[in-house]
Amino acid sequence: MPLLKLRESQIMKIHYLTGICAVFFVAIHILFRLIMPFGQSLEFHNVVANYHNMYYVILLELILVFISIHGFNGLRIILIELKQNQWWESTITILVLAAMIGVVAYGTRTIIIGSQL
Amino acid sequence: MSEETKKIKLKVYRTNYKKEEPPHYDEFDVSVKRWTTVLDALLDAKSYSDSSLGIRYSCRMASCGSCGMKINGKPRLACYTKISELNDQTIVCDPLPSFPRIRDLVTDFTEFFAHHKKIEPYIHNDKVPIEVVNKDDLVEFKQTPEDVDKYLQFSYCIKCGLCYSACPTVATDTKFPGPQALSQTYRYMADTRDSGESTRLDIIDDRHGVWRCHFAGSCSNVCPKGVDPALGIQLLKGHLIGITKNDKKIATLRSKEE
Amino acid sequence: MGIKPNNENNSSTDGDIKLKSGREGLMGWLNPTRYGWERVSYWLQRLTGVGLLIYFIGHIYETSSLVNGINAWNSMLELTQTPGGHIFLLLVIGASTFHTVNGLRLIFTESGIGLGRPGRPDYPYDATSLNYKQKSGIWVAMLLAAIAMLYGGMVMFGDVN
Repeated sequence: MPLLKLRESQIMKIHYLTGICAVFFVAIHILFRLIMPFGQSLEFHNVVANYHNMYYVILLELILVFISIHGFNGLRIILIELKQNQWWESTITILVLAAMIGVVAYGTRTIIIGSQL
Repeated sequence: MSEETKKIKLKVYRTNYKKEEPPHYDEFDVSVKRWTTVLDALLDAKSYSDSSLGIRYSCRMASCGSCGMKINGKPRLACYTKISELNDQTIVCDPLPSFPRIRDLVTDFTEFFAHHKKIEPYIHNDKVPIEVVNKDDLVEFKQTPEDVDKYLQFSYCIKCGLCYSACPTVATDTKFPGPQALSQTYRYMADTRDSGESTRLDIIDDRHGVWRCHFAGSCSNVCPKGVDPALGIQLLKGHLIGITKNDKKIATLRSKEE
Repeated sequence: MGIKPNNENNSSTDGDIKLKSGREGLMGWLNPTRYGWERVSYWLQRLTGVGLLIYFIGHIYETSSLVNGINAWNSMLELTQTPGGHIFLLLVIGASTFHTVNGLRLIFTESGIGLGRPGRPDYPYDATSLNYKQKSGIWVAMLLAAIAMLYGGMVMFGDVN
């Protein structure tokens, strides 16, 4: 798989960029909770209204993708530093990629269904 | 006044890979003066209390890098650590962490040197053959003092292994080259005589390469020679992701007539 | 000097004699003391990172109750509006603030910016990379995390209407 063949410096570039982008997007995401009193902003119809806003939906999807990549790559780094053998390293890489895709898929499902409610 | 002697307790880790006896600590009472180093105290114990105590040392002046050990919880050179500056009545000596133990305070450096060797720590230059057969082939590079300053501090490394044993990544990652080897990669990258940059960067841009350093700074914290391995490693990373450019000009050779 | 490149692969130490590896293992990085602030920052960055990943997965699961309608959403919301949930959220606020600020510092640092230049070392050999710019970056990250937690605590535990 070409994805697994990324050089470590390329992976780290992605790690840094997704980290920086996530900071800005999460900041906007949190600001959305503060434009009205905190309790009110979490009421069901207000949340659903958020999901009908196209820009907000794109923002959520980007946060989902960026944090998944950044977070699971971080986990991969911690885990491959713990033990070194071919089996462990390949297993970790595959598991982390699977988890990344799984979380993005599950989150996207919420976003898609949420925007149609 | 300065002749004042003090009694301290020296706790030394004892083990022997050949015997089945479990590792334990032996205690020695040693009288020390203001300038007594830990190595002096260990040699005192070896001379007058227990001659079987295993220590490795040579120069006694922080030049050879043989007497690295964990003293009161931190990797230090025994010859470079004065007991008076530790401010403790009990001095605990353990073998260097992250190194296989041979006997007592003596550790095995094979793996550490292998990591160093792997980054090809010698001048690569297309114009000069690595092996010199005829002595008339010997050449000189032209290098200014400013050029030297760029790598000088990294070339002060004495390979004592203190940074390697302080590194939190080395504590679990056996394939990680460690701060010593990585800082030496930078040392050659910054050297104007060397043109082997791409070869070495290829070696260290690996899954267990330079990116497993997370700047915990412990290597620079323990280095007894001011090498500052953490600085070299971060500069190396900056170069790998293209933030800093290495615009060195490869040094020219001095001709025989010059 | 006639130094030859040595290509033999002798990185293994287990020959006929089996030596104790001497590696500190997990305890090596789980113990942040002894080596100064940079080591503390390394430790906190990892722990907060793992914590935030767990929160992130939990948050995705939590918000997915949306698709099951208003009742599922409200019962999930109730679960988080407890003192325990508030304390957890407070930790998340602190962790994310620290991880963000310290992470930005580390991106600069690991690009070789703000570390000083190599030069001639002099006794007592204080490392230029462990300078006060770096240390204050860590302190600022911790301070901001504390302020964020204080503010979050005031909003959550203050006069709740």
